[in-house]
Amino acid sequence: MINVVWAEMRKLRRPTLLLSTMAIVTLLTSLFTFLTFWRVGDPKGNGRRGEIVTAQFLSTAHGISYGFSLVSFLLGIVALCIFASQTAQEYTYGTLRNLLVRQPARMKILAGKYISMVLFALLMVLLSLISSIAVAYILAGHAHVNTTAWTTSAGISALATALGNVLLSVASFGTVGMILGLLFRSPISAIATGVIWFLILENILAGVVSSTAKWLPGQNITNLTTARDFTFSYQHSLIMDAIYLVVSGSIVALLFKRRDVAN
Amino acid sequence: MVNSKELAISVTDLTKVYGERAALSHATFSVPRGTVCGFVGPNGSGKTTTIRMLLGLITPTGGTGTVLGESITEPEKYLPYVGAMIEGPAFYPALSGRENLRVLASLGGFDQSIVDPLLHRVGLGDRGGSKFKTYSLGMKQRLGIAAALLPSPQLLVLDEPTNGLDPNGIHEVRSLIKSLAADGTSVFVSSHLLSELEMIAEHLVMLREGKVIFNGRTADLLAAQQPILVAKPEYAVDLNKLVDIVKKHDHEVSVIDGAAHIVSPPDWGATLNRLAFESGITLASLTSVLPTLEETFFEMTGDSQ
Repeated sequence: MINVVWAEMRKLRRPTLLLSTMAIVTLLTSLFTFLTFWRVGDPKGNGRRGEIVTAQFLSTAHGISYGFSLVSFLLGIVALCIFASQTAQEYTYGTLRNLLVRQPARMKILAGKYISMVLFALLMVLLSLISSIAVAYILAGHAHVNTTAWTTSAGISALATALGNVLLSVASFGTVGMILGLLFRSPISAIATGVIWFLILENILAGVVSSTAKWLPGQNITNLTTARDFTFSYQHSLIMDAIYLVVSGSIVALLFKRRDVAN
Repeated sequence: MVNSKELAISVTDLTKVYGERAALSHATFSVPRGTVCGFVGPNGSGKTTTIRMLLGLITPTGGTGTVLGESITEPEKYLPYVGAMIEGPAFYPALSGRENLRVLASLGGFDQSIVDPLLHRVGLGDRGGSKFKTYSLGMKQRLGIAAALLPSPQLLVLDEPTNGLDPNGIHEVRSLIKSLAADGTSVFVSSHLLSELEMIAEHLVMLREGKVIFNGRTADLLAAQQPILVAKPEYAVDLNKLVDIVKKHDHEVSVIDGAAHIVSPPDWGATLNRLAFESGITLASLTSVLPTLEETFFEMTGDSQ
């Protein structure tokens, strides 16, 4: 399987994909962190959904990772697009047949592809974390934020937790992208379905019938990084996330294993 | 009975049904090792479906098969020794030709150092660094052949390898296939260029509407065909008279390029020459020819030219 991972990494490291994705991630994270610190305490809001984030909050152990957590949903959407396109393009380019001739064990192809894309997502998340920390330190003085708590064990623990949760959330969105890619076998259809569902339909559904939010996949994935915004627990979201991904992942994996490659 | 280990490919009753349509119906054929085998048939006759089943990409509806002595239900046992180009070259447009080959070399666990010599071998040495999307059809085809050669295959499966190639490129592919076969590689090649196949394929499998209509040596197929006498009168005005003489003696005749093409045994040529002379017709030429593979193909598949 390691051969599949190496082969996939060759595709993912092409400059047009790697550099542009990393540039977007850095830009988005820096922008979100910049706005949080630049407009600290602004009554119009400087946090998620108009939330007012104060210098007092940013001076706590959680302050250092706030900007980073804030951008996690968008990182997830970026991951969804990449996972979906990297998977579905094998069908549209007709390259899947080449892959399967060189590696006929289809589950190895799938697992190797997934691992390589998760590694890509990890790189994306780490770069996002680094840019967020850098911007936070640069603007801490301007925002009158005391950074002492950031380097305490509580601060480092909060940062590690945020990193783990954001990675989990981003990988979950990516997994959904890969599932959609395998299902639709077309990058455009897979990405459009995922983005429209998570950005529009789920929010409308959760807004109109609030009780549904607890059961929607996107709401639960997002809750992994922003638990305090929701009325349901982190554990609930973790379980729901696992159920959604394992069940749908197993179905498409079975489809991938059995489906004829006729294009 | 030939042992399946001595055969590059062997299939028995291989069938693939989509809904109510049989893409391949009870196909039975074998390809000896170390030969170049042509795989021919009109569009939609089931060639690509067969190739995909041999490569484990499609599950057969029925029948059995072996490739290099291993069952087609276990492609992981033989695919490391098989190189294939199916339905034209498919690569990642944003990657260079070299990087595309490296992806496949990584996947197959092959040494990366074989990539550049392969690019040179197919005439892409100086364009290996260019993106695949900038390649001409002929260059894409060459890259596809290079990818098929990555595993130093015991069996090479090529689906229309000369598509998009110029005459020089076609000649190069023909030479490449010949040199591989000389080294002991079995080559299973489908092509619409039957004149090319006639030159390189010792063995033939012919399909029509999902069924195998011939499997054997190319020479045997051509030898079994009725030869044709081609008679050309000195004066064109005598052509119709000549055709009438042939028809009177119950031979099938058609006029092509000012000459009468007569289906008859070669020894009837002397009779025809005498009959023409007695009717005051001088023949400018009289030759006996065997039908080409292309003519045989059209006759056997019922396709019109």
